[in-house]
Amino acid sequence: MAIEIEGKSLETDEEGYLVNLKDWVPAVADAMAKEDDLELTEEHWEIINFLREYYEEYQIAPAVRVLTKAVGKRMGKDKGNSKYLYALFPYGPGKQACRFAGLPKPTGCI
Amino acid sequence: MAEEIKNFLYLNRRAPYGTIYAWESLEVVLIGAAFDQKVSLAFLDDGVFQIVKGQDTTGVDMKNFSPTYAALGDYDVNQLYVERESLEERGLTVDDLMHLTWEDEDEDWAEKDSIRVVSRAELAKIIEQQDVVFSF
Repeated sequence: MAIEIEGKSLETDEEGYLVNLKDWVPAVADAMAKEDDLELTEEHWEIINFLREYYEEYQIAPAVRVLTKAVGKRMGKDKGNSKYLYALFPYGPGKQACRFAGLPKPTGCI
Repeated sequence: MAEEIKNFLYLNRRAPYGTIYAWESLEVVLIGAAFDQKVSLAFLDDGVFQIVKGQDTTGVDMKNFSPTYAALGDYDVNQLYVERESLEERGLTVDDLMHLTWEDEDEDWAEKDSIRVVSRAELAKIIEQQDVVFSF
């Protein structure tokens, strides 16, 4: 599979995750969100950017439980909870947000 | 549904690169930790090299996954046993290891050490207390 971004065709796996992390540009997230009928807001970007930083530091995409806890620590309890994160990413903050962020499927996500 | 919490111990005995064992073990640990089991890790024999600091894989064409050990605390894996004899036999001390910590949410995210250096005899006792032991 592939996704068309800014005139380039980027390879994705069978679940829609980018194959090459280095292909990622913000337009990837916008395009993937559109396919999922979502419009990305500042709140979405806050989580997407946080995931990219997490990956940069630890070389893994965190499981949703870990993401929730880490967001809570960084941004406060009103954001570090399942309700808030699932409202932003209805297909699952781990799976969907990681896909938008150009990361692999979270480690510990079955 | 009643769920039984078991004690899982992962034994890491091999050098980090050259084979896939160390990385596979780490992935299994992270996946297993999502199931609310009590997970601990032990590093012995050449496995102690897995958590040595300052790893550089430029020459071996493998991903340097050592930063991922620092994420274990986030996954509530905060019992990392390191066998003293294995360190000594390799001329290493605890200061050669990465400083791995976890943050205690119940104590305002106080940072606590995850690594505990134990003797071979102590490790044998720890292994005895486990429900499940995986050796990598």
